[in-house]
Amino acid sequence: MRREIYRFDRYFYFFLKGVAICLPLLLIGIGGFLLNASLPSIHQFGFDFLGTKIWDPARDNYGILAFVFGTLISSLIAILIAAPLSIFTALFLTEVASRRLQKSASFIIEMLAAIPSVVYGLWGIYVLAPFLRVYVEPFLGKTLGFLPLFQGPSYGVGMLAAGIILSIMIIPTITAVTKEVFLSIPNSYREAAMALGATRWEVIKMAVIKTGSAGILGAVILGLGRALGETMAVTMVIGNRSDISISLFAPGQSMSSVIANEYSEATSSLHISALLEIGLVLFLITFFINSLARVFVWRASLRGSTR
Amino acid sequence: MSSLSEQMEHTFRLRNLKSYCMLAMIVLAFVVSALPLFAVFAHIIKLGFSALNFDFFTKLPAPVGESGGGLANALLGTAILVGIASVIGIPWGVSIGIYLSEYGKSKTASVVRFCVDMLVSIPSIVVGLFIYELIVIPMKGFSANAGGVALSILMIPTIARTTEEILKLIPAHVREAGLGLGIPRWKVTLFIIVRGSLMPISTGVILAISRVAGETAPLLFTALSSRFWFDGFNKPIASLSVQIFNYAISPFEDWQSQAWGGALLLVLFVFVVNLSVRILLLRTNTSKGKQI
Repeated sequence: MRREIYRFDRYFYFFLKGVAICLPLLLIGIGGFLLNASLPSIHQFGFDFLGTKIWDPARDNYGILAFVFGTLISSLIAILIAAPLSIFTALFLTEVASRRLQKSASFIIEMLAAIPSVVYGLWGIYVLAPFLRVYVEPFLGKTLGFLPLFQGPSYGVGMLAAGIILSIMIIPTITAVTKEVFLSIPNSYREAAMALGATRWEVIKMAVIKTGSAGILGAVILGLGRALGETMAVTMVIGNRSDISISLFAPGQSMSSVIANEYSEATSSLHISALLEIGLVLFLITFFINSLARVFVWRASLRGSTR
Repeated sequence: MSSLSEQMEHTFRLRNLKSYCMLAMIVLAFVVSALPLFAVFAHIIKLGFSALNFDFFTKLPAPVGESGGGLANALLGTAILVGIASVIGIPWGVSIGIYLSEYGKSKTASVVRFCVDMLVSIPSIVVGLFIYELIVIPMKGFSANAGGVALSILMIPTIARTTEEILKLIPAHVREAGLGLGIPRWKVTLFIIVRGSLMPISTGVILAISRVAGETAPLLFTALSSRFWFDGFNKPIASLSVQIFNYAISPFEDWQSQAWGGALLLVLFVFVVNLSVRILLLRTNTSKGKQI
């Protein structure tokens, strides 16, 4: 009689475990399916796929160097803008703002993450790109034009626009993780710094930023991972020209944007396979970046909890 | 002696000045980060409001060259896609969350947790490609089902994670009390632990739904798009987000204006959901605090 009651416990456990184990299988399945589908392209091009910049669907000749370049540069611009802003914003939320202000301020930053990417793209095309073309890019050309980065005609859409849109989209990610890291730092650290006679900024610098540095790094890497894979907004503002140009004003193409642009029009099977191989590369890169970020964030939070 | 104290006074003033400067920078950084939200809101309301009229909610898209028409089929399509995604994603995600919080110390659980983390941050377009290979090619066609499944994959890890975090907040003595009464563990888990947190879990689910409703990239080549009404689960289906994308990059002003209208609806939906969830959570938290 006793056993009868508790027998269902085991079924319950096995059910939950079975459902949960589907998740690793799903992840392996994603990698496996993408690998399987990109085999024709891998056989055809080998490592040249990553190293050449000729992308010619008409002649079935594919190399993705230009797209890798576009993805890396736009994400790099995004990180350069977003990382300092996010870290300081997280400091504002945890160290400076009053408790009441903190709640509404956090909500504003979280809303940035909730806006769909296609809406950012729409805003990017019709508001940000014209603004860049008319005001920002001519100004940068005039003041910093001696650098090759800021030369050439301004189109509005291009690497710079993509980078700025991406930075807006990853600010909430980096801010949220950095905030968690800062909150996990014990108050005794701050009090110790205060007791030494530190000013408010010195407390922040010594007790908060230094202690949380590993976590901050993890947060920034997590933001990078998000920027690398972001599709819609980038597709809409990057300009879609598969070429490598040193100027930030020039239009480009990212790995995700080329998939979004060409997938529905791809006819030859090699073209589809090449697009799927881009997806595979993207999957592997983000997988690596995100595991790296996880190690850093995990370490930081672990240290916070053991001390 | 006086020179030393003067010196200290001097450095102290400098340090204080630096502190104030940096604090000002911190406040400024927040303002700059928050600015895009208000800019996006302002433009969407300004440009989108004029596009919203009765036709927008009731009519099909007008053919190229004709003015008027609406996005009714896209609105319905998004609801259907999100419905399919919820049917698959909610039970699956919640179950994984329960597993991770109640049986979360095993090695399997940490592998699953790692996979949840990886799937949360997987590029959504990669999920689209996966579903294309898994469903669209074998079924020989774009379909509502494929789009819904793609969205469900994006939903599962978010729901699993929030559910786990919510259930972990319940103190161990609640479980022990239940088990101590001789109640089987599955009953303790379902009728005490999960039922007690039904409110926060469902808010997490609603947030996941609102996030998935705006997804575009995984739908591009799974659900595709359509200019007609819903036509069965194995046919292409229109969605608000894909329609916004198609209209945004089109050269017609009428369509662009409708894209802004659609964006206004989408953002309004997300905003209202986020705000109400927050208010709801705040209220339950404070009432609980008073009870205990």
